[in-house]
Amino acid sequence: MLFKLSISNIRRSLRDYAIYFFTLMIGVSVFYVFNAISGQAAMMKLDESSYEIIDLLSTVLSGISIFVAGVLGLLIVYASRFLMKRRKREFALYMTLGMGKGSISRLLLIETVIIGLGSLAAGLLVGIGLSQLMSALVANLFEADMTAYKFTVSVKAITKTILYFGVMYFVVMIFNSIVVTKMKLIDLMQSDKRSEQIKLKNPIVCVVIFIISAIALGAAYYTVTAGYQELSRSKLIGSIITGAVSTFFIFWSVSGMILRTVMSMKGMYFRSLNSFTFRQISSKVNTMVMSMTMICLMIFVTICMLAAAFCIRNSLNKNIKELCPADYDLQFYLNGHYPEHDVMKIVEEEGIDITEDFSEYAHFYTYIDESLTFEKMLGEDAEEIKKSYSMIMFDSPEKIVKVSDYNALMRLYGRDELELEKDSFIVTCNFKFTKELRDRTLDKGDEINVFGRTLRSQYDDTVDGFITLDVARSNEGIVVVPDDVITESTPLEMEYFIGNYCSDDKDEAEKTVHEKTDELMKNLDFGPCMFTSRQEVNRNSAGIGAIATFVGLYVGLVFLIASGAILALKELSESADSVGRYEMLRKIGADEKDLNRSLFRQTGIFFLIPLILAVLHSVFGMNFAVKTLEVFGTEDMGLSITVTSLILALIYGGYFLITFFSSKSIIKERK
Amino acid sequence: MEQILKIENIEKYYGSKSSLTKAIDDISLGVSKGEFVAIMGASGSGKTTLLNCISTIDRVTAGHIYLEDSDITEIKGKALNKFRREKLGFIFQDFNLLDTLTAYENIALALSIQKKPVKEIDTAVKTVAEQLGITEVLSKYPYQMSGGQKQRVASARAIVTSPKLVLADEPTGALDSKSAKMLLERFRYLNTECGTTIMMVTHDSFTASYASRVIFIKDGKIFNEINRGSDTRKQFFDKIIDVVTLLGGDMSDAL
Repeated sequence: MLFKLSISNIRRSLRDYAIYFFTLMIGVSVFYVFNAISGQAAMMKLDESSYEIIDLLSTVLSGISIFVAGVLGLLIVYASRFLMKRRKREFALYMTLGMGKGSISRLLLIETVIIGLGSLAAGLLVGIGLSQLMSALVANLFEADMTAYKFTVSVKAITKTILYFGVMYFVVMIFNSIVVTKMKLIDLMQSDKRSEQIKLKNPIVCVVIFIISAIALGAAYYTVTAGYQELSRSKLIGSIITGAVSTFFIFWSVSGMILRTVMSMKGMYFRSLNSFTFRQISSKVNTMVMSMTMICLMIFVTICMLAAAFCIRNSLNKNIKELCPADYDLQFYLNGHYPEHDVMKIVEEEGIDITEDFSEYAHFYTYIDESLTFEKMLGEDAEEIKKSYSMIMFDSPEKIVKVSDYNALMRLYGRDELELEKDSFIVTCNFKFTKELRDRTLDKGDEINVFGRTLRSQYDDTVDGFITLDVARSNEGIVVVPDDVITESTPLEMEYFIGNYCSDDKDEAEKTVHEKTDELMKNLDFGPCMFTSRQEVNRNSAGIGAIATFVGLYVGLVFLIASGAILALKELSESADSVGRYEMLRKIGADEKDLNRSLFRQTGIFFLIPLILAVLHSVFGMNFAVKTLEVFGTEDMGLSITVTSLILALIYGGYFLITFFSSKSIIKERK
Repeated sequence: MEQILKIENIEKYYGSKSSLTKAIDDISLGVSKGEFVAIMGASGSGKTTLLNCISTIDRVTAGHIYLEDSDITEIKGKALNKFRREKLGFIFQDFNLLDTLTAYENIALALSIQKKPVKEIDTAVKTVAEQLGITEVLSKYPYQMSGGQKQRVASARAIVTSPKLVLADEPTGALDSKSAKMLLERFRYLNTECGTTIMMVTHDSFTASYASRVIFIKDGKIFNEINRGSDTRKQFFDKIIDVVTLLGGDMSDAL
């Protein structure tokens, strides 16, 4: 009997449940898709280190899954509490007919089980479908071979999804029973006689609070952007808290002010259905200040995470092309001593020749002059700069390279060579931060003393360039000097060996060279050395890019779903409550077109309010992110923002459209 | 007197062929400009259906309804809404005010739907509020008002657009007797002083006695019709009671 009743209840309130069910379903499928990634990847032909990265990725994703489960759990509890509220009259009817609270609890339990099983089944089906698409993305990120790909279902991920969502539904059931036992019949019966108290907030208080919050928010924005240099961890956390609290108070005060402002614009307020529209919006926003705040912050985090993730991925790929123009790079730290071992010499002594594996290579040294420090290079401005940038090592000596060596390397790299004039020097640099400082202080004709010679700066600014293979623009500055400055006795800093493999099979060539360098390392007198290979850089950056992309997508999607669902539930229930109002407007002759326009505006503004503030937050948040991600290079920010906006528009906009069209059908004239 | 409303042989059927209900069975009547007509009948007699057909909320199965020469049974869609908001005023039993708007805004809404300029709206609302004695409650919300005040606000909304015809469906149905009396006094004032044409549906003899003409409906047909003429309200009330008695048990709830 209870079962039949549950079924008919669900069928009857299908409209209320549709968005709930839909959200659960997406939640389940997203959860499955991200947990199935490692299983999907196992089906692909990948190399060893890619598997390691995928292992790391799946560890990261399962950690995030716990957080995601928390967010989805809260969303489900919120939604079910919301749906319960809407059914008070129905419960009152059951109770007046003599149904016990135990039976009502059981009724709800059956409903939750049905909805839960249904959404799990549907969500898993959708998830399994989507995860095949995800495999394509994984393959693309790891440049894997997809030809051997088969349709895969991850049993592990299915079990995990069922387990997590089972726990969530169980919590909902407990929660529902608590609510049921607390219900009082008299409250239930009077619940629809809502004598809605419309309290306009004191406008002066609103304006004052708004100004205070706006100032606080402005200060937080300033701290994370313009005040970036002095940003400490505690300041950053302080700014985030300030931002969140001000967001709340801005919504609180704006909800009070919107109506006042519009009401004072009489020409606009009393045009068509505007008075009705704005009253509706105002009452919705008034009761949703807390939810709006949460939604706004979630959208903000989503935008920043997605944009940053795509930015890291895109920049890495692009960087590799530009910043790794050779196959292999071997570096020995000589620390100002004369070379006791040189790659060439060891080659002779040990009988290991790595040069034979390279079709072309550059072999050179860099030098240091202890007296020529970064501080010296900055010249007169050094004191002032030192004050504001305390974390820079100003007394570290500058890296110096001969122009002929540098140009030989540039030929290998296929980059522009330098034309250095007599008694001059050029600084090459590509790390944005030090580049700015150097450009600011470097003037044509500036003189430096190096190895007893006086050289003058050939250019006003630094020249874009680097000598070692890297994933990021991290050359803080190298001084290129004429060959005649360097003598036999000049102290050496490092020895470099950079080249391209002979073999076309780069992986094989890498292996051979590795074996040889391992052999070289066995010589303990050899001192510290470091190598970078393009193959490895490729793999690592694919890994970093993949992890960033997946984490960003995962959290972003879940946050967007949660935001959309909360707004949609609220808006739909408001529409259901307002059916009578629309009916009345129709009776006094309002056009259907005007009613729909009013509904569109209500839904639109309701969805826009948290979005606008979130976008504003993001502008500053991204600014901060750009600075933090500086080393990765952020030229591709535009593309990242475009992709992020598309995802946002798709999900958030999707929820908006579903909400609008469902609301429209709710308020539609019944004949 | 110029006829403002002319109803010709209208019929309204509900249900399917197997179980047909004739809510209105061939009714014809006319209302002149400046008249205050009451339609009486028991529950299920078809009086509300009649009102719904006149107000274009419902459609007739057969027959024609003319309001100022235009046949409203022929109007459709957008034109229907335009007609409704420009020519008709509605007063409902349960007030039908928007609970989120103040009294002023509720009244103004009827005009702003017609896209009237703000200045015009303001004067019109204030004038009509004065006529109905609700100037003090203009800034209040429906939940802050008494039933009588709400109904007068609803009435103000109905007449603020200067409609050709005001249709009232059981306007006193949800009011206590004192508020009902006050409202009806206002109706009579609007009718005699402002020349508003009112058509009111009721099953209450006291309410009907404020009208200048009462039409009785039984089983979808016109049963009787009495004019007030020069009678006092009390005399007219007695006459109505007589007809109601004649109608018998069916209308006993009308007493």
